[in-house]
Amino acid sequence: MPAVSKGDGMRGLAVFISDIRNCKSKEAEIKRINKELANIRSKFKGDKALDGYSKKKYVCKLLFIFLLGHDIDFGHMEAVNLLSSNKYTEKQIGYLFISVLVNSNSELIRLINNAIKNDLSSRNPTFMCLALHCIANVGSREMAEAFAGEIPRILVAGDTMDSVKQSAALCLLRLYKTCPDLVLMGEWTSRVVHLLNDQHMGVVTAAISLITCLSQKNPDEFKTCVSLAVSRLSRIVSSASTDLQDYTYYFVPAPWLSCKLLRLLQCYPPPEDGAVKGRLVECLETILNKAQEPPKSKKVQHSNAKNAILFEAIALIIHYDSEPNLLVRACNQLGQFLQHRETNLRYLALESMCTLASSEFSHEAVKTHIETVINALKTERDVSVRQRAADLLYAMCDRSNAKQIVAEMLSYLETADYSIREEMVLKVAILAEKYAVDYSWYVDTILNLIRIAGDYVSEEVWYRVIQIVINRDDVQGYAAKTVFEALQAPACHENMVKVGGYILGEFGNLIAGDPRSSPLVQFNLLHSKFHLCSVPTRALLLSAYIKFINLFPETKSTIQEVLRCDSQIRNSDVELQQRAVEYLKLSSIASTDVLATVLEEMPPFPERESSILAKLKKKKGPGAVSVELEDGKREGGELNGGGERGDTPAMSASNASTPSPSADLLGLRPAPAVGSAPPSVGSLLVDVFSEGPAAATAGVNDDGFLSSAPPPAVSEEPAPPLPEAEDLLNKFVCKNNGVLFENQLLQIGIKSEYRQNLGRMYLFFGNKTSVQFVSFSTAVSCPGELPTQLNLQTKTVEPLIEGGAQVQQVVNIECLTDFIDAPLLNIKFRYGGALQNITLKLPVTINKFFQPTEMLSQEFFQRWKQLSQPQQEAQKIFKSGHGIDTEVVKAKLLGLGTALLENVDPNPENFVCAGVIQTKGQQVGCLLRLEPNAQAQMYRLTLRSSKDTVSKRICDLLAEQF
Amino acid sequence: MIKFFLMVNKQGQTRLSKYYENVDISKRAALEADVVKGCLSRRKDECSFVEYKDYKLVYRQYAALYIVVGITDTENELSIYELVHNFIEVLDKYFSRVVIYPSPIQSELDIMFNLDKVHIILDEMILNGHVVETNKNRILAPLLVLDKMVES
Repeated sequence: MPAVSKGDGMRGLAVFISDIRNCKSKEAEIKRINKELANIRSKFKGDKALDGYSKKKYVCKLLFIFLLGHDIDFGHMEAVNLLSSNKYTEKQIGYLFISVLVNSNSELIRLINNAIKNDLSSRNPTFMCLALHCIANVGSREMAEAFAGEIPRILVAGDTMDSVKQSAALCLLRLYKTCPDLVLMGEWTSRVVHLLNDQHMGVVTAAISLITCLSQKNPDEFKTCVSLAVSRLSRIVSSASTDLQDYTYYFVPAPWLSCKLLRLLQCYPPPEDGAVKGRLVECLETILNKAQEPPKSKKVQHSNAKNAILFEAIALIIHYDSEPNLLVRACNQLGQFLQHRETNLRYLALESMCTLASSEFSHEAVKTHIETVINALKTERDVSVRQRAADLLYAMCDRSNAKQIVAEMLSYLETADYSIREEMVLKVAILAEKYAVDYSWYVDTILNLIRIAGDYVSEEVWYRVIQIVINRDDVQGYAAKTVFEALQAPACHENMVKVGGYILGEFGNLIAGDPRSSPLVQFNLLHSKFHLCSVPTRALLLSAYIKFINLFPETKSTIQEVLRCDSQIRNSDVELQQRAVEYLKLSSIASTDVLATVLEEMPPFPERESSILAKLKKKKGPGAVSVELEDGKREGGELNGGGERGDTPAMSASNASTPSPSADLLGLRPAPAVGSAPPSVGSLLVDVFSEGPAAATAGVNDDGFLSSAPPPAVSEEPAPPLPEAEDLLNKFVCKNNGVLFENQLLQIGIKSEYRQNLGRMYLFFGNKTSVQFVSFSTAVSCPGELPTQLNLQTKTVEPLIEGGAQVQQVVNIECLTDFIDAPLLNIKFRYGGALQNITLKLPVTINKFFQPTEMLSQEFFQRWKQLSQPQQEAQKIFKSGHGIDTEVVKAKLLGLGTALLENVDPNPENFVCAGVIQTKGQQVGCLLRLEPNAQAQMYRLTLRSSKDTVSKRICDLLAEQF
Repeated sequence: MIKFFLMVNKQGQTRLSKYYENVDISKRAALEADVVKGCLSRRKDECSFVEYKDYKLVYRQYAALYIVVGITDTENELSIYELVHNFIEVLDKYFSRVVIYPSPIQSELDIMFNLDKVHIILDEMILNGHVVETNKNRILAPLLVLDKMVES
């Protein structure tokens, strides 16, 4: 019989727990529990009124049973009764039961609210704390309605006990999160900020959580917290290790509070006030210095607490991204951790360095650690650490080290954990393409990728290698040779067969001169894989065969024989059968000329828009799918009938199945089962690039978004853009990633990348609540004349977002010509029945399509003079919004996308930049000059470009940034 | 933000669970099983932070007892790791005074038989998913009041 704490020892409870522990099997446990539940139920129902002690005992038992994973459907009433007991122990158990078991059962909540109200007015601090804890734990709307007015008063009242203040702060935070509409800002707000000055550290700790949350939502109103937080931090950082007494943890003064202060500061940009900023920089330096001092204790708790602060300080330095000196020191510090014997530190250092790699100030410093990171990838025993190492390699990759990093990642892939292979494959594919100077290297890399991790190579990856080979004729011969060699391996992955079939079908002729890869050898090699492949791959191979007939007339009889055999022409799969029949017919009746036209080499990935896609755009709803199918069939028919259309059939077929120019160049979407695609003759591409029915829903038209099954909520008109939409847009002019929008329910994050006139934007919709969003839908639309200037493509998102979950949506962007307006993003969903309807501006601005141009001084001014017509220039003179900081300005100008030209302007204070806006129709060269006047805190910004609208737009956009 | 706080024994049985975000009871068991599986199978030399869905798990082992905390990415991993230790030290401080035991507090029995008290301690330290108090004496103050009342 184990001992029980003295005093209120509940013997019955102890016996019960011991019984459970002694149960030999799950069945025995369930039996014992059911017996106990029956016992408690009968006690609760019994005529005899239970005394407080018994109630408490039974509620404890129920709690215990609940923790074992059994649902409890009674006892709530008894728990509520305990709330009104004036015995602390009973009251406490009642509150405990409720905070663990009650969600928002309305009837009970009213009773609970009553008890809470009594306790709040009891002036007994222990009771008040219990009541506040309960609100903080349950936090339902009814509670907010009842107490949202009361709690701020308790929080800031002069005579409130410290412990009650702490509970009240977190309680208010809960209510603010559940019902922001009920928590009204007021006179108390400024007093809350001053809690940062409270002499009691516990109060400060609690208040920071509240202030952090409030200032994220109302940054301006809480701006004063920055200087208060800095001075608090500075006092802690400079205190001796024993000054803070009970708040010192293993010789580290107030580690948790320090972390929270540093986290609060990350809600704001660097302090504008020079003195505050100086003090903060001093703090950060002290924290970095302390890391180098000998430890005050050998205990791991000491170093952990110290490092917790250090990592948070580094996070702040990265967040500011404006102090090159601190960034480099942070990087060196993390570099030391990379070799530390504590796995936790290595993990965190890798993670933190990953964000550091994206700062221009520290990118080079991060790169110096490449060998250590590669070593970590190879030798770390923990997969999560290896994963971080792979992430960091990806982040630090640039043109100078791409080959090394890609090679290391490839060799790691051979032994990589299954859980991270797919991601690794994508990363390798992206890096290989992004930094490919020499495309044969790219082809080798991707084929290696398929060889090593074929199962994890998604369709996008192999689509992409084919697109690149098709569009670059200097690599076609090499690709054909390499893929031919790869196919000779006795066992090769089906994805390799797909790439092989496609490439040999197009470019087999380039290697046919070599007797070792003569047409027949190529054909036999491909056909030897045929029987091992799945239906979609076989269908692709059949198309490759018909292409062979055109490329190599000498293979015609062999291939016809293959097509004619029963296993093809009578194949039970309708898709394969149809192809065999049609290809056989085509090869026997069409003249060489017709054949050559139909089976012509694929055109480069398309320069013009598909006619069918355009048609699709006018269509709405699910009908669009059938349109595409019919159209595909008809073209096939016409083709057989002689093909009298203006287009060559192969062209129209290929365009029909090609989603859009932007999608092509940045990678394709996965094709759904090919079986559903129309087998039009000669449309080799249907195999590979068909989007099938998905394509029908992928188009965007002027009215918004095509959805195959519009959820009911979508019938409402999209809301007009939010008033702050323009400001949100401005935030993204000089950056591509970040949080676009956030409210109580929803957070929208953005990641985007641009190349030439194409872009891809990832939108992340995060459900911040614990309740699912239903009928979730998004629509991207182009107002005004934007549809003729920008081409946007996106897919529908899942209509459901679980609480706490995030969904992603990809928007493909093509810039046709320069533009001013931003596309609109409308989001609709239902949250707890209420329709939410939000419209934002998508941060797609013309400067995203900048290609930086480096030039020397002479050249710059020569061009500057050439653009001297008045309409080519746009100029603005404006006051600096944030003070003039050279590094910040530089970062912004680089973020704009232009090249920052050093030593060009005779006045070293001035900034000059050059870049070319890439649109589909034309390229617009832009020159920029920014002249700061530190004394007057003013800027003069001058833009010159060959197009007046571009000069003006960029001038307008950029003027908002300083 | 801290999303949940679990105490689990080596057999994977939950001994204490506290959620700071509404998780359906039916889903809790599955989540706990998942989380426990993720942490218990790890070796000593692996790091104490595990990514799990949208959370990060921070876990620490004390003899037969595991403490697993689910946090979001706005939380500092090391500070949570030490928060767990601070919590254990508070339990130690409390129980070694009250309970006459040969084994240290890490024994899960303490927690099972004193679930209510462990909850009080936890509520003093973490409220609504945020750290509110780290000073051991202040954390234990309400509990001592309670004990005094019972004695008198």
